[in-house]
Parts: sequence; structure tokens; C-alpha cells
Amino acid sequence: MTTEILLAGFGGQGILFAGKILAYCGLMDSKELSWLPSYGPEMRGGTCNCSVCISDKPIGSPLVVAPDILIAMNQPSYDKFINVVKPNGKVFVDSTLIDSECDRTDIDCFFIPSSQLADDNGLKGGSNIILLGKLIKETQLFTLDTMKAAIEKVVPPSKAHLIANNFKAIELGMNN
Amino acid sequence: MERNLMKGNEALAEAAIRAGCKCFFGYPITPQTELAAYMAKRMHKAGGVFLQAESEIAAINMVLGAASTGVRAMTSSSSPGVSLKAEGISYLAGSDVPALIINVQRGGPGLGGIQPSQADYWQATRAMGHGDFHILVFAPSSVQEMVDMVTKAFDTADKYRMPAMILADGLLGQMMEPVTFPEITPNTYDKSSWAADGHKFKREHHIINSLYLQPDGLEKTVVERFKRYEIVKANETDAELYLTDDCDILLCAYGATARVVKSAVNSARELGIKAGMFRPKTLWPFPVNELNKAAESASVLLDVEMSMGQMIDDVKLAINCSKPVHFFGRTGGIIPTPAEVLEQIKKLGGAK
Repeated sequence: MTTEILLAGFGGQGILFAGKILAYCGLMDSKELSWLPSYGPEMRGGTCNCSVCISDKPIGSPLVVAPDILIAMNQPSYDKFINVVKPNGKVFVDSTLIDSECDRTDIDCFFIPSSQLADDNGLKGGSNIILLGKLIKETQLFTLDTMKAAIEKVVPPSKAHLIANNFKAIELGMNN
Repeated sequence: MERNLMKGNEALAEAAIRAGCKCFFGYPITPQTELAAYMAKRMHKAGGVFLQAESEIAAINMVLGAASTGVRAMTSSSSPGVSLKAEGISYLAGSDVPALIINVQRGGPGLGGIQPSQADYWQATRAMGHGDFHILVFAPSSVQEMVDMVTKAFDTADKYRMPAMILADGLLGQMMEPVTFPEITPNTYDKSSWAADGHKFKREHHIINSLYLQPDGLEKTVVERFKRYEIVKANETDAELYLTDDCDILLCAYGATARVVKSAVNSARELGIKAGMFRPKTLWPFPVNELNKAAESASVLLDVEMSMGQMIDDVKLAINCSKPVHFFGRTGGIIPTPAEVLEQIKKLGGAK
């Protein structure tokens, strides 16, 4: 079974970083996985997205066209991808930045004011990680321990002081 | 063995250092830049030289100079940059000097785009510069294969004294996958008969040269080189045959496209369509025998590429046009989807 995840938002919101955490979760759990960023002009402030595949079998195409899981962090990304999510898929939306109601009944849409939550809890820029916390709670794709271990791998040693905040953000996402 | 998560571009660089590459000369270009950046960080610690040249042309000529002394040297670029290197690659081939060139392909022609493409197949396999010559061309399809093929490319280049290319693309260069680095002791080849590495007046000096003003002398060297190519063709082909034993429809694809095609083949099998895939791992020499074996039971072939159709020429030549060969491709930086390929399979599967 393959889980195809698409993360989308603006450049600078930590889309690729959040995707990397999911990829490292796969690595920790000895899964097959792939991580593919959009690159080029999109990285420089435009819309940015990242495909992550997690599977028990070798990954074919690493490009996610129809995700099982979508993380949407801005309005253009939500509008662009909401209708390609697979039936029974799950969508995690930063509702501080996205003002939409999901009219699809065949998917589960979770609206979390993650940017607001991040700001209120002194975790500025942690919206992406809060959404990951919500993701693992609702999908059980990975355990909290796996994700914590992944974060320790992804955060570079020079920024190790940020690990605690990332843990806090995950737990905040799981409890909201 | 520890699994690391790396971008294809970084994995190529790490693998080259482990394969004993001592000199990297390059010039930045998307979507290959992480390779040079990784080299800039790591190469000097590994006891080698990283140099960002003033241009692609300078870089390939530095490779020619370094490799002439017998060390493992390489350069990397993406499509427009590789075109600039064409002259130097021809000189490498004409001087019988082994070296590694990496092309992380992007859309063309001209400056084209920066998204993945396979439109440099003809250039790599047919005419990587002026004159009668070939280079070895390897086509990885995963980050792990990028690692494995770097060692293979250096070894084969040294063995036959010819340039080798790894023909990747932006998708493979940019994606991250788990990768392991097998413990290797880099093979060493005795280059003492030709390397211009200083003779201290103890032997005749060696001349690295591609200029032959006497036609009979030039003809002789080219003919001798082509005899070597025949040995390469007989011994160095490699391909993956996937579900080909009973296939009715045989898909042909290489590199990143083969991943998409494999997904489509699996879906076709679930629908009861007997699809299989032939994936060349070497593009020159092209695995002619392997393709004929894969195509034995097939009634029709479907070649899929991120181009307007280039490898399809080799597919048709390899089977002597004995079966119909159809084509599906996207170009300009568009990656075909498994669903699109499945549609094509269904069309052909239904038509038999």
C-alpha cells in the first residue's frame, strides 16, 4: 500500500521542510519512500509544493498527481488541489490563511487555524509542523515517537535549539 | 547498511568521491547545482580538487587536462551546459582519455526550461561532439542506481579508455530517496602506458593528442577505436526486464520515465492486460539482445519518453522493425503520469 502526500503553500512556509520530516519518518520506519520538491521560480516566493510517497513497495512515479493526503497552506494551493484528492482522502488546511468550506463529501477535511495557533503559542513559523501533528493524529501514518526522531534528524545541528519548539508544535497539532 | 536520505544530485557527488574521483570541475546550472555544491563542501576534505570554472567549456577542458594525467576526473551540468562541453568531450574521445560527464537533463532546445526532460538522448548516444566516436552512456532510474552507476561508469571508462556519461534528469536529480553506499575499494587501472604524469627522464614522454594531420594515421586510430567499441558493445550492455516473459505489449522506457511506466504496467496487469517493460540501463551500448529477448512474446511495443521520441530509433533498429513500435511522450519539462501511459496501453491492448 502506498500513501501519496502532497504539501502545498507559499515558498517560505516550510513546505519542503515538512515534507522532509514525513520522508524521514518513512526512513525511520524502514519504509520505501520518495520526496520530490517543486523547484525553480516557485522556490522564490511563489507557490511551492512537495510530493512525498510512503510505501511498502518500491516507489514508481514520485510525482503525486492525486494525493491520499493533502496539506494546504494557502488559498491558491487549496483551490488547485482540493478536487484531485482521492476519495476517502484526508485534507489538512491552515484555516487562518484559507477561507473556504469543503463541499466534497467523499473526503475528510480538517480546518485548523494553525498559523494563529503558532503565533499564540510563541511558535512563529510553526504552522507547518502543527499541521503534521494533526496529520499523524488523524491518519496514524506515523507515531509521535517516529516523528520526533525524524525531526531530530532533519533539523541541522546548528539549529538544534529549535527541536523543542518543533516537538511542542506537533503536540499542539495533535491536541487540536 | 545505513540508509541515508539524499537528493539524486548529492548522491552522485558522494558516489563519485567514494569511487576515487579526485578532480571536479563545474559551472552551476539548474537542476544540477546541488551536485557541484556538494562537491564544493566535500571534495577538499576527501583530498581532491573542486574548482568552479569560468564556463562549461573551461570546465571540460580542465577535465581533459586532469584526466590526461591518469586521475579520475569529472564534470557535471544540465542540457545547455552539456552542449557547451561537446567540443571537449570530442577531444577526450579523440585522445582516448577516460572521464565522467554527468547530464541532469532539462527541457530544450536552446535555454529551454528547468524541468525534467529526456530530450538529449540523441546527443548523448549519437553525436556528443564532432567526429566518429562514441561515449558510454548510463541511465539510472533511482537515486540508488545513480550511486551504483557512478562507480560502474568510472570503471568502464578506465577499462576502455573512453569518456562516460550518466544521463539523468531533473526529476532524479532533485528527488530524495533512501540510498546506501556499499563499501567499495575503488578499482585502479594501470595507466602507466599512456598517462602524462611526469617521467623524470626515466621513460619516453607520453603524448595526449587528438590531432592527426595525415589522413591514413587518423583513419588508423579511428578504426582501432571502433574495434574497441565492438568489444564494449559485446560486453557492457545492461537492462532491466520487468514482467516480460509472457507480455503481449512491451513498454520501453529509461530513467525517470521508467518509474512512471512501471506504475502503469502494474496497473495494466491488474486489469488483466499482459504488459511488460524493457528498461535499458546502458543507452550506449544499447542492449539489443536484451530488448529482443524482452520482445519475444510481445505483439506490439510502446516506447515512452520525456521527449518527442528519440530512443524509439534504437528500439526500432534493435528489433529490425519486426514489430510495430508506438510512441507516447511528453516534452518541455512535463512528466507523463502513470494514468496517461495506462490509457495508451489500453488503446494498444484493446486493438490486438
